[in-house]
Amino acid sequence: MTLTPKAELMDEQEIGRALTRIAHEIVERSKGTDALALVGVHTRGVPIAERIADLIERFEGVRPVTGKLDITLYRDDLTEIALQPVVRRTEVPFNVHGMKIVLCDDVLFTGRTARAALDALVDMGRPAVIQYAVLVDRGHRELPIRADYVGKNVPTSRAEIIKVKLREVDGEDAVALYEVGGGA
Amino acid sequence: MTLVGTTVQVAAAPRGPRARHLLDLRDWSASEIHALFDTTDVMAQVMERTIKKVPALQGFTVGTLFFENSTRTRLSFERAARAQSADVISFAAGASSLSKGESLRDTLLTIDAMQADLYVVRHAAAGAAHQLTNWTNAAVVNAGDGRRAHPTQALLDAYTFKTRFEGFTGFEGARLAIVGDVLHSRVARSNVELWTKLGADVVLCGPRTLLPSEFAEHPNVTLTHRVEEATEGAHAVMALRLQRERMHGALLPSLAEYRSRYQVTRASMRHARPGALVMHPGPMNRDVEIEGALADGPSSVIQAQVANGVPVRMAVLYTLLVGKR
Amino acid sequence: MSTPRAARTVIRRAHLVDARGDHGVADLYLVGGTIEGIGLGGAVDMEFDAAGALVTPAFLDLHAHLREPGGEMKEDLASGLAAAAAGGYGTVVSMANTDPVVDDPAIVAALVAKAERLGLARLRPAAALSVGLAGRQLADYAALQRAGAVMITDDGIPVVDSHLMRRACEYAAELGLVVQTHSEDPSLRQEGVMHEGSVSQRLGLPGNPAEAEAIMIFRDCEIARMTGARVHIAHVSSERGMRVIEWCKAQGAPVTCEVTPHHLTLDHGVWERFDPIFKVAPPLRAPADVAYLIDAVARGVVDAIGTDHAPHTRAEKDADVQSAPFGLPNIEVAFPLLYTRLVATGTLPLATLLELLQGGPARVMGWREPTLEVGEPADVTVLDVERAAPVDAERFASKARFSPWEGEVLRGWPTLTLVAGQVAFRRVASSPT
Repeated sequence: MTLTPKAELMDEQEIGRALTRIAHEIVERSKGTDALALVGVHTRGVPIAERIADLIERFEGVRPVTGKLDITLYRDDLTEIALQPVVRRTEVPFNVHGMKIVLCDDVLFTGRTARAALDALVDMGRPAVIQYAVLVDRGHRELPIRADYVGKNVPTSRAEIIKVKLREVDGEDAVALYEVGGGA
Repeated sequence: MTLVGTTVQVAAAPRGPRARHLLDLRDWSASEIHALFDTTDVMAQVMERTIKKVPALQGFTVGTLFFENSTRTRLSFERAARAQSADVISFAAGASSLSKGESLRDTLLTIDAMQADLYVVRHAAAGAAHQLTNWTNAAVVNAGDGRRAHPTQALLDAYTFKTRFEGFTGFEGARLAIVGDVLHSRVARSNVELWTKLGADVVLCGPRTLLPSEFAEHPNVTLTHRVEEATEGAHAVMALRLQRERMHGALLPSLAEYRSRYQVTRASMRHARPGALVMHPGPMNRDVEIEGALADGPSSVIQAQVANGVPVRMAVLYTLLVGKR
Repeated sequence: MSTPRAARTVIRRAHLVDARGDHGVADLYLVGGTIEGIGLGGAVDMEFDAAGALVTPAFLDLHAHLREPGGEMKEDLASGLAAAAAGGYGTVVSMANTDPVVDDPAIVAALVAKAERLGLARLRPAAALSVGLAGRQLADYAALQRAGAVMITDDGIPVVDSHLMRRACEYAAELGLVVQTHSEDPSLRQEGVMHEGSVSQRLGLPGNPAEAEAIMIFRDCEIARMTGARVHIAHVSSERGMRVIEWCKAQGAPVTCEVTPHHLTLDHGVWERFDPIFKVAPPLRAPADVAYLIDAVARGVVDAIGTDHAPHTRAEKDADVQSAPFGLPNIEVAFPLLYTRLVATGTLPLATLLELLQGGPARVMGWREPTLEVGEPADVTVLDVERAAPVDAERFASKARFSPWEGEVLRGWPTLTLVAGQVAFRRVASSPT
């Protein structure tokens, strides 16, 4: 598969501003940090959750608990795919019961990952609230799912791909748009 | 970030273990086994939750074909399948179906009409699971074939060692002692294959009648007829079940003699490394091949072995089923 | 009333060979069931062209399981003798482990009569050594011999009782019958399904040690020496067993022995595939045993190739390795297999292989050596040593349409076998190219 770069959507500063805004909104809507938890979806949702937690700590003085969620065992396409996804550990080191959980991920696309993440979380207990934060919403939903916090809305075509790079995983911060196939 | 018209070649995701079946451990590489253990960690997490179920294998059907009775192993596999939401069909055939004149192949073809994606097979004859792969497109997991192999038992034994040995730093340099009826033991054969592949040394111990000298030809395997020599410096000591009918085949003079020379006891564990684990694949003849007090003691991980059976088998099913379409 | 002229046949451009050597290319004439001569010319009723092929006396197999009566789903006289002819065999000694057992002169007579009607390979039945192969009571050898039995044997079941073996040999010696033995000590071989050794221990399959064979061969040779009976040791599989025979022969024991095509070409490594097709008794041994057997053949220690052709149904062999029966079909591939593996590779001279299929087994039985001399029976086979073709068990005349050598490309396939001057087998040309 060949990817042809089309546009740079966010740089390091823009990503930082978007996450700061989301952190403020979460605190505001949650009326503080009580029982607040941030759970990142593997892979890039994890540093996003950690960064938002750091930001909240900076303005509120209290760091919400964080967790990592691997949704592989909840994917709805495991009977169809040709390549086996590696299953990773889920690390949610707190009891989810009664918590206000914000699921964090890099890109919201079809909504299937969010659906799987919701099921995975619910199987761990009964949170009071689950909300959803994403760095980029690119549209094309296949399930009735929406994000509560969005860093940037990006209209895309289905033939395009959004790649999010984060320092912790990729060594740099950037969001870019690519076209599948094509090329000059 | 640079965006200067370069095209990026996206590499294909790494393939999972290429083994289509789990018949024995010869075809599985050390890295595939380590990957399986990583998946087992995740499965063990699932089994620690209140809701011990994930939808991963929804839409897959697992068939258990037990030509030889083994309720414990069958239940462990069925739990592993259901905990991942697979459908399970069970077939139990005693020797009776063979006396009805149906061939192994015809028996399988009948069941295969129900279109399972994977079969878990237990048979009294070595090679039966291997033979079934000739006649079905489904994946096959060997749940014990004669004296040949019992790969999931060896995997759960090694996984138990990895997770329970205090200060585990890898299998390289580890020393496993297996004591008892090696001749008739599929558990011994699979553990020899697995532990040596992972870099460990294996010492086999038993009376000459139950310890074929050919095992010494296997790399990193040594033989001894003395338990104290076997346990010397061992990180783990495994006692094998002694079938009582062995007394009839002139393989042993008496149970008392076996007990006095080959029972794994607290005393024999004194030669082992501090923190050495005591293991038994079950079912156990308490105070025959293993001293009861040792089996119940702090170094015993026999219950953990049983508990690890489900996550290990969950990982095996996941690995063989997902991503193979 | 005029007597019809005896049918006359010619095999043109026949490259004539037998154990005595190469007799050049000539037209071989047969008349009325005997060899008439070469290059005679004149009118003929049947004519074959053997250009490029070898023409040699049809082979003699001292050891085949034709399964009739009682095992007709595996093989019967018609399919078994057709398979033999397809393998270049003109005469077959059939084993007695049928159901009912061939321990009754009426059964022998019925088999002989039926085989004559079939007009395929000649049948020379063996009869049971003990009544019902039960190892307790001697069968009635004199009556069985009168009915047509040429050998006595409990083949398939070793004779455990040494006293019974002694008495059987004494009786048989008196009648001039050959006693063939399946020499394996059942108490030592136990439930073994394969050779006991490194492979059996690794695969966890119950093993049958070579010593189980060697011990029983020694007993049988001692009894032969003691009684003077002509004892023929069937299907020797191991170096230990062969060494015992060599020693006993040197001691003057009146023993002969045979090896099978499978023990000369396969070793216990085949069990990696867990295919019960390889389950035979005695078992396929270690590579060193195979090498020793080939060497023994080359040194002239071995008297005959016996096929131990032992057909079973595919379903019986589609069982697990413990329940599957012992035995494999091989009579149709025996010559091309041994020719390709041993002669074409330069391991054995062609004359040695022919000797083990012709004069060797004849001498074991005290029969005339088959040759192409004038006046000898017109039992000849034509062997295509030029064209290579794969083993295709689907085309077997035997009912057992599977083969351990399936797909192996061989030379030396028989294309025509005449028995008493009549066509017992003619290979239908495969699809034109």
